[in-house]
Amino acid sequence: MSTVPPSDQLIEVAYLIATALFILSLKWLGSPATARRGVFAGEIGMLVAVLATLLHHGIVEYKWILIALVLGSIIGVPLGEVAMTAVPQRTALSHAFGALCVTLVGTAEFYLRAPAVPPFMMAVLSMEVILGSLTFTGSLMAAGKLQEILPQRPITYKGQNIVNLGLLGVAIVVAGVLVAHPEKMMLFPVIVGIPLVFGVMMIVPIGGADMPTVISLLNSYAGLSAAAMGFVLDSKLLIIAGALDGASGFILSVNMSKAMNRSFSNVLFGAFGQEQAGAAAGAQETRSVHSATPEEAAAILSAANKVVIVPGYGMAVAQAQHKVRELYDALTKRGIDVKFGIHPVAGRMPGHMNVLLAEADIPYDKLLDMDEINGEFAQADVALVIGANDVTNPAARHDHASPIYGMPILDVDKARTVMVIKRSMAAGFAGIDNPLYYLDRTLMLFGDAKSFVGSIVRELPGGNHE
Amino acid sequence: MKLDLLTSLYVFMLAAFIGFEVIRRVSPLLHTPLMSLTNALDAIAVVGAILLAGLHHEHGALLAKVLGTIAIVAATSNIVGGFLITDRMLRMFKTSGRRKP
Repeated sequence: MSTVPPSDQLIEVAYLIATALFILSLKWLGSPATARRGVFAGEIGMLVAVLATLLHHGIVEYKWILIALVLGSIIGVPLGEVAMTAVPQRTALSHAFGALCVTLVGTAEFYLRAPAVPPFMMAVLSMEVILGSLTFTGSLMAAGKLQEILPQRPITYKGQNIVNLGLLGVAIVVAGVLVAHPEKMMLFPVIVGIPLVFGVMMIVPIGGADMPTVISLLNSYAGLSAAAMGFVLDSKLLIIAGALDGASGFILSVNMSKAMNRSFSNVLFGAFGQEQAGAAAGAQETRSVHSATPEEAAAILSAANKVVIVPGYGMAVAQAQHKVRELYDALTKRGIDVKFGIHPVAGRMPGHMNVLLAEADIPYDKLLDMDEINGEFAQADVALVIGANDVTNPAARHDHASPIYGMPILDVDKARTVMVIKRSMAAGFAGIDNPLYYLDRTLMLFGDAKSFVGSIVRELPGGNHE
Repeated sequence: MKLDLLTSLYVFMLAAFIGFEVIRRVSPLLHTPLMSLTNALDAIAVVGAILLAGLHHEHGALLAKVLGTIAIVAATSNIVGGFLITDRMLRMFKTSGRRKP
């Protein structure tokens, strides 16, 4: 270490500072009050690390580095400006970019070092490019499905899991051969190419409802591949940033799969949408539902003391969040206590629904997650369900035959009156019948979420009639 | 070399523990900004890409430059886009106390 020039020691100090700022950044993100400070800390850390790297004495040419930095910034700005409904696909796309960076650097590092690559180095390098390339194509596929460029329906075929696992197995075996014989350089493209194909195959059978889990899982892979890159380059900063990202993705994946009552392997290999179809088709409809008009709904709401609104992705699809805010304002003005109950998988990625409601100017202290709100339904006069279905299905609690049995749900059926805004009686995303709709206390409000909520606001006694 | 490796493994392990503890405390309210922020931080991989593209290499210089440059573009777009959108989202979160009547 004695030959290290002083400027490089300075770089190491800069990386140390950046590392501390990154950890503080995530710590401050913990609560909404300090979260923006967290972003600032992250930005400073990034700036310090990048500037220090540019001072490296060994850099012989800056032209392409600067061109790339400018070009990346030009691409980055519109990606930071997307609509809030498009954040899930933007996030998937950024996982793809991150994985692309890691894979390209790993590939170049291999060819710069080969054939003399020590076994451990080759092992982490293999992990870097395998995880990186499968995350790259997998995330592109996920982004395509979320943007609805690709069909959202799961595509399955016989022997799919065997084919997929076989592909991954071959890549791992080839990586093992390379660890033992790094001089077999012609094998390297295999451990990039096969995972690229695997990434596509992995996402093909996954349906739209599982996207929150899949995005989180890809997030975790992206982090782990970056950490592996840190091992290859002997960069502690990168190891730590990758480990933090990997841990975050892992925690979110666990949250999401718990919220859907599924295991990882079930999400990746289960093809959810497909399994359900048969179960739901058999049920014959003889029960009747109660429906109500906007006037009736407005009358009940204005007489309530406590209202819990349960938004689902259907609300966002109908672009109803601003009308919901108007309803929130009108009810709050009457002294009615209005809260929102948010299921972890209410949006298309973890926390998505909170962002959509915050965008509509609904204060975040009224947005409660499932564990916080479930105790409050019993005291609520009205639970108003807007565009949510499966996450309110009481069958998940007691019906052992239900495909969603065991899934944690929002206990809307404990409220005195349940109102459900829904287009029709068609089954939800997973194609499962919802007994909530046939309860005596449930009123079905048939119509488009946006216009129905708008009508309720207009019909509220003493409200802003047109 | 062997010792460096072990140090790296220690660093990874400790960072993973810190990650779990810190991120467990992030409110579910902010899970979307959390993902976009960690994504931006993860793009610190750009430092590896910069050195790959900029350092002098005895052989494979062209490959290093081409792949390194593309990698810088990809990572930089994540840095800029990730920080921008995280801050945009966080600006939207307001309490009922701070809202104008």
